[in-house]
Amino acid sequence: MVEVKDKPSVDTNGRRQEQMLTPDSLVMSYGEDEPLALDCGVDLAQYSIAYQTYGTLNADKSNAVIVCHALTGDQHVANVHPVTGKPGWWETMVGPGKPIDTNRFFVICANHIGGCLGSTGPSSVNPGTGRAYGLDFPVITIRDMVRAQAHLVDRLGIKDLFCVVGGSMGGMQVLEWAATYKDRVFAAIPIATAARHSSQNIAFHEVGRQAVMADPDWRGGRYIDEGTQPRKGLAVARMAAHITYLSDEALHRKFGRNLQDRDRVTFGFDADFQVESYLRHQGYTFVDRFDANSYLYMTRAMDYFDLAADHGGDLAEAFKGTETRFCCVSFTSDWLFPTEEMRTVVQALNAVAANVSFVEIETDKGHDAFLLDEPELFDAVSGFLSAAAQKRGLEPNDHEI
Amino acid sequence: MTVQPTSVQATRVDLLLLAEMVDPGSRVLDVGCGDGALLRILAETRDVDGRGIELSQSGVNQCVARGLSVVQGDADTDLVNYPDDAFDFAILSQTIQATHRPLEVLDQLLRIGKRAIVSFPNFGHWKIRRQLMFRGRMPVTENLSYAWYDTPNIHFCTIKDFIVLCRDLDAKVERSIALNAQGQRMGLGIPLFMQNLFGEQAIFLLSR
Repeated sequence: MVEVKDKPSVDTNGRRQEQMLTPDSLVMSYGEDEPLALDCGVDLAQYSIAYQTYGTLNADKSNAVIVCHALTGDQHVANVHPVTGKPGWWETMVGPGKPIDTNRFFVICANHIGGCLGSTGPSSVNPGTGRAYGLDFPVITIRDMVRAQAHLVDRLGIKDLFCVVGGSMGGMQVLEWAATYKDRVFAAIPIATAARHSSQNIAFHEVGRQAVMADPDWRGGRYIDEGTQPRKGLAVARMAAHITYLSDEALHRKFGRNLQDRDRVTFGFDADFQVESYLRHQGYTFVDRFDANSYLYMTRAMDYFDLAADHGGDLAEAFKGTETRFCCVSFTSDWLFPTEEMRTVVQALNAVAANVSFVEIETDKGHDAFLLDEPELFDAVSGFLSAAAQKRGLEPNDHEI
Repeated sequence: MTVQPTSVQATRVDLLLLAEMVDPGSRVLDVGCGDGALLRILAETRDVDGRGIELSQSGVNQCVARGLSVVQGDADTDLVNYPDDAFDFAILSQTIQATHRPLEVLDQLLRIGKRAIVSFPNFGHWKIRRQLMFRGRMPVTENLSYAWYDTPNIHFCTIKDFIVLCRDLDAKVERSIALNAQGQRMGLGIPLFMQNLFGEQAIFLLSR
């Protein structure tokens, strides 16, 4: 049976807090003279972005790829994670000889502004008060995250990107990049995402946030100052969210109604079923690697995302004049970001005669499929990127010759 | 990716003849692009900026994995999304007979393409007429091998029928080619009734 831990794992939790302050990543810092102008109207002065890079930037700086991470992801795409010790979250996709081939491309992944693994966020110290921001941190939008990435790219001396790629919340950023920085994105791969967060998705996020805020240890968001941590609330939020990442079929295939280390139900509220035990495990391991307030801010950013609304209610207007090549990917069993949402994006792209590919992949793995071993996903991404690289005049790497 | 002439040589003659109608370097939409065979020929021989729409998801996924820009979509419903004159050529290769509303599809094709190219099997071919005449059964031929109850081809026409459709839609026939059973172009100056009798398929270049 999975141990229900309501005490922090000292190692993981300690490492996380260490990574928050002094990340094992590259860090780009911006002073008071170059604030980040946020959608909420606040200029965020003195902020930092923690990021990882893989591969080598070529001489004419034309092979840069930005990978945008999802809600609870981070910059450690393709290296051992400094907190959990697990492989990078997209090592199946990014690396030498992988679809996003680091022998060929220079891959950048930044921890989002508002995140909790080295980039400035609600758990960072507010220079104005000397204490953690907590809820004084300004609300961040998807466009703010993209803006921060654009500043990072500027600092790295890269004019335009070969590709921007990401799934889920990362996919929202891909769409935002393509809409806001049209002439800086040669190719875009939005995966398992949508041009707006649906009412149902906002509803799920609200459940998660309320769970965090209902935890007495949340302390109105001041838990860092008070030396507590809303572990139970955040774990429940993660449990609820995790259900939305899987499909009914996948849950049934994995667990069915199987009992956890017992022959019969206990007529109590212990984790009788394997699926309960699994969810508890997901919840309690999550809280060791993620900050509760960051979770509130990240989910809010997704809720606020509505690309059409930002362009007079017409999604096609967002992409008007685009010369970016798009490869849109959805999964049949993803009910969080169903194919219909992606089809809306594709229709908008068709309405401006954009260069677009659209692949729907048959799988029962639900929304999480974009992170898993899906050969058709890899084939689509590598086929699309090879053709795009050829158009861009990027030389094939040694492995291809 | 390099140009592989061998792959082109091995492909169907009708696709090569169709490709000849496409100006080099133009923007092309192939509606019903299947596994992308025509798009690849067009990319390799005419250097086009090519896109495709394909109904079957497996066809789409194959195309994208080969680096072609293809979306899953339905010719009957999805052409309305494209703006006017979005492409230099909108192509419907061996697909019109499988659409639910051929007239509307052709109308859309002429709207989104400055020119349209349509190829289709000719149901007026003598072998088809013979089967219906002497066997009294729905024709099944080498090229049209489906039984009536499971064929995706629900709107057959003859070359003459197609010319009438073009007239109804105010489409100008800029060029037309009939292909014989070997897939070769039939000689110039052959009267229409002969083309309609001996042509196994036809390719039309249209504008409006």
